[in-house]
Amino acid sequence: MQIVFDHVNYIYSGGTSHERHALKDINLSIDKGEFIGLIGHTGSGKSTLVQHMNGLVKATSGHIYFNGEDIYGRDYSLKKLRSKVGLVFQYPEHQLFETTVFKDVIFGPNNLGLDKLEAELRAYNALKVVGIGEDLLDASPFELSGGQKRRVAIAGVLAMHPEVLILDEPTAGLDPKGRDDILEQIDKLHKESGITIILVTHSMEDIANYADKLLVMNHGELVMNQPTKEVFSRYKELEQMDLAAPQVTYLMNILKEKGIDVETDVTTVAEARDEIIKGLKR
Amino acid sequence: MIEVKDLAYEYIRRDDNGNVESINKAIDNINFTIKKGDFVAILGANGSGKSTLAKHINAILYPTQGTVWVDGLNTSLDEHIWTIRQTAGMVFQNPDNQIIGTVVEEDVGFGPENLGVPTDEIWERVERSLEKVGMLDYRKHSPNKLSGGQKQRVAIAGIMAMEPKCIVLDEPTAMLDPNGRKEVISTARELNKKENVTVLLITHHMDEVIFADKVIVMNQGKIVMEGTPREIFTRVDEIKEYRLDVPQVTEVAYELRKAGVDIPEGILTIDELTSALLDK
Repeated sequence: MQIVFDHVNYIYSGGTSHERHALKDINLSIDKGEFIGLIGHTGSGKSTLVQHMNGLVKATSGHIYFNGEDIYGRDYSLKKLRSKVGLVFQYPEHQLFETTVFKDVIFGPNNLGLDKLEAELRAYNALKVVGIGEDLLDASPFELSGGQKRRVAIAGVLAMHPEVLILDEPTAGLDPKGRDDILEQIDKLHKESGITIILVTHSMEDIANYADKLLVMNHGELVMNQPTKEVFSRYKELEQMDLAAPQVTYLMNILKEKGIDVETDVTTVAEARDEIIKGLKR
Repeated sequence: MIEVKDLAYEYIRRDDNGNVESINKAIDNINFTIKKGDFVAILGANGSGKSTLAKHINAILYPTQGTVWVDGLNTSLDEHIWTIRQTAGMVFQNPDNQIIGTVVEEDVGFGPENLGVPTDEIWERVERSLEKVGMLDYRKHSPNKLSGGQKQRVAIAGIMAMEPKCIVLDEPTAMLDPNGRKEVISTARELNKKENVTVLLITHHMDEVIFADKVIVMNQGKIVMEGTPREIFTRVDEIKEYRLDVPQVTEVAYELRKAGVDIPEGILTIDELTSALLDK
């Protein structure tokens, strides 16, 4: 097990009138190489949860283990943790700051104390992986489109060669093709390098195509932790939590109700088409 | 309500000496009208010019060429600016760019206060608006402790409290969860139906667009498709060429037709596909 949360609680502004119990007794374990989706209504604690994974925020109580080590242990290096658990924030503009794209991406590797050539190679490769062309290397990050900025931010994290890549709503604000492109790239990275991926998202359709397992947050609690299809089959419960299943899941359930013999554990367009064709023949 | 004629807009980038470095023609000769009470959706890939267009409607940007009229007023004339901005309210994608109050209800009241609305009515409007976006419980909270989606709902409440004739929403749901999205869009639709507020919705979410009176598709500064949602979404291949998408159910119907299943074109909803399949 790569990441383990053991009775983790987090309280914002404890003891003040703004006190908020943002994470309530979270217990979970994530294995190396998994592709996990993290969903939940706004305010449910998703961003807070992932910020615990790279030690950005410290739990009020409970333990977190990375590769078997307690990250709150006395001699544990949080700096090392952050090079292994990369986090790309919800607003990528918040983590871009250099004068050129290349300089921004190489910042992390430089801080790892790598020699110049190694750092440059990492930056260069990371930018290639996310599909940022060479013509943009000297551009200012702030002149790029939203989708491009997002990819540069991801490159900056990938250049650290993390074992875990956490992306907080990487597709928000991108056009449909941009969304598909970035998810394809993440999926490709996952398949080729075996990196563990945790994707925080509001798009049920997007996550259905890629995640093995879904973590569902509701008002600070982790309420579901199961394979994707199982979570979406519980769509009535999801709706109670301000969530939903992909549109095709609803479609299949209604078709079945009306008498067409189809399986309902469908979460993608391709599966829907195939199942409907089969169902019509039956 | 809104008329756009021969509109063009160029972003001009200058170097330190003021010399022109590059020109980006973000809008390239577009024409359209929006009738009072319409619900119009503008779709387009990133960089297609839709946000640039939206900013012309409430006079944040002035045309490089051509004219924009809002409720009969020419947006490039200075004397109309404040009327235009009260007539056409704009909600941006990123709530941090538009929330300024230290307490939620004060932020929502800011607009009406500046319009000189009597105090009692300000509070009425604040409460109504917050309720419509589901944030009444948070009225005394500090906005900077809210999540992204909650902030966005407060921003929308702030605009609604000004009771504009037209609301331009520039990807307002980009950061919201499915339920938040539903609430925002249904609020916009309700305002449109019940109070006849003209709505201009810029979005990537195709499921939000199927109820629109008209859909305009932009690509590289030009309008490339214009019609009812059904007319537009039938052209699945073309839509994908413009880097856009269709609702999942429309795509399933399209795939089924490609595979030889005989169902009508232009299916937009689950009910329509269900009926079509049951007829077989």
